[in-house]
Amino acid sequence: MKIAVCVSHVPDTATKVKIGEDGKTIDPNGVTYVINPYDEIAVEEALKAKEKFGGDSEVIVLTVGSDKAKETIRKALAMGVDRGVLLKDDNHRDSFGIAKALAEEIKTLGCELVFCGKQSVDYDNSITGQLVAEMLDYSCISVVVNLTIEDNKLTAEREIEGGKEIVESELPAVVTTQKGLNEPRYASLKGIMSAKKKTIDEKPAADSDNLTEVVKMHLPPPKQAGRIIGTDSSAVPELVKLLREEAKVL
Amino acid sequence: MANKILAVLEQRDGVLKRSAFETASAASKIASELNLEAEAVVVGNDISNINDIGNYGISKVVHLKNADLVNYSSSGYRDAIVNYATEVDGDYIMLANTSLGKDLAPRLAVKLEAGCLMDCVKLDTSSGELTATRPVYAGKALVDVKFNSGKKVITIRPNVFKAQSTDGSSVDVTVNEVSSPNLKSRVVEFKKSEGKLDVAEADIIVSGGRGMKGAEHFNLIEELADSLGAAVGASRAVVDAGWRPHGEQVGQTGKTVSPSLYVACGISGAIQHLAGMSSSKYIVAINKDKDAPIFTIADFGIAGDVFDVLPALTEEIKKVKQG
Repeated sequence: MKIAVCVSHVPDTATKVKIGEDGKTIDPNGVTYVINPYDEIAVEEALKAKEKFGGDSEVIVLTVGSDKAKETIRKALAMGVDRGVLLKDDNHRDSFGIAKALAEEIKTLGCELVFCGKQSVDYDNSITGQLVAEMLDYSCISVVVNLTIEDNKLTAEREIEGGKEIVESELPAVVTTQKGLNEPRYASLKGIMSAKKKTIDEKPAADSDNLTEVVKMHLPPPKQAGRIIGTDSSAVPELVKLLREEAKVL
Repeated sequence: MANKILAVLEQRDGVLKRSAFETASAASKIASELNLEAEAVVVGNDISNINDIGNYGISKVVHLKNADLVNYSSSGYRDAIVNYATEVDGDYIMLANTSLGKDLAPRLAVKLEAGCLMDCVKLDTSSGELTATRPVYAGKALVDVKFNSGKKVITIRPNVFKAQSTDGSSVDVTVNEVSSPNLKSRVVEFKKSEGKLDVAEADIIVSGGRGMKGAEHFNLIEELADSLGAAVGASRAVVDAGWRPHGEQVGQTGKTVSPSLYVACGISGAIQHLAGMSSSKYIVAINKDKDAPIFTIADFGIAGDVFDVLPALTEEIKKVKQG
């Protein structure tokens, strides 16, 4: 079984966002980039699937981006992924463009099982996995917190409003991963060392037109700090009064 | 004939959800601004409140019906909607950015060769074409985005666009039977979290952080939430500590929420948490440390001990509600 895992190189969640000079993206100065947190869960699940399928199963990590994204590929390799592919494009792509490049490569590689994080913490679209699946005519189960694969059949729990859905589907498939599915392993020193010897293929990302275009990025209006109305429970009646009469939310 | 905007409305157990009416209202508004014809599309079996759609500005409803589509099936819903949208040549498709909307919208987009904009919080048509505003980096920034595609798929964030009730006009419901739906992927069971509201859909959220000092004290959060009819939320620290389930986490690696009222209890306000909740309409913070970052965005704060303030607040709310 060839298993693909798609990862994204994103600003650490502790980043304080500043708007870049182009007015459309963030200012990357001083920003630390990391593997997208949901993608670490995807990598872990891919490694578990490889252990389960055994034999000559292989996990391949893919990303779309510039040379800098190799750092995130190395992180996945250090966790235990076998090899990496960097689909190069220095320009900004929308989710469609990213999915197109991933889907083309997955088709070439012949991967029948694909894992993606359920969303990347930069653009928060939460659609790349589904797009890749539809482009490949694969099944897709998104936002998965529990997964079993038996023969050709997938049974997954997805987190939805007010509960969990049990979904059945079949391979080939894309699964997008949510917190709670597993606890991603740490890269061991040995893993980090051996990652340096693993192959990263570099090739241009498949051409794609962006179907959407960012016109402008801006910061939300600053929130005014409000009033501290007390330091103990004696302030509670005043608080409730404000919520009723001023905020009108009760 | 005018181009169409199709509002895909979500039902659960045969009842249209609140976000469905928000979607209908938003679609109807865009339709009048861009001179489109708005139509509602509902997939499912029997829908008890389908006629209510008329109260939200849309008078034409297409019900794509099959007993096997009572529960969500990504393949079945996708094919039914794509077939209909292709048949009527709909240019715009709008859904709510719920679990179902997030799963389904990109699938429709690929099959219809449409661009796809998710989780929009503002839709502007003043230039004559649609520009959507959507949060990125969990709300630390926003982007204004336009489409480069002919067909357009949009999801709107729940709780942001109001379901505008208009004078109930009559609805014209057309039932299209869906023959042999594609059930390659399908929901076989729904495990309901008993009696719990979900933070992603709630109008009021009461959240607890590390200041609650342990899972065993979250009854104080739950009791306040009950008195307000609110959902329980949590900071990442308490989820990582195993005090609360992942589904309750608010913030950059949890859920981004915009309720009318957010009550943060014992939460200091890490940047990832603030990003996920600062677009709430009103924020109340209860925290011992008066210098905690949460107070920089709170409308009203009590710089006191949660163990003193929360029980008193719950009592006061109950009193007022019984009023």
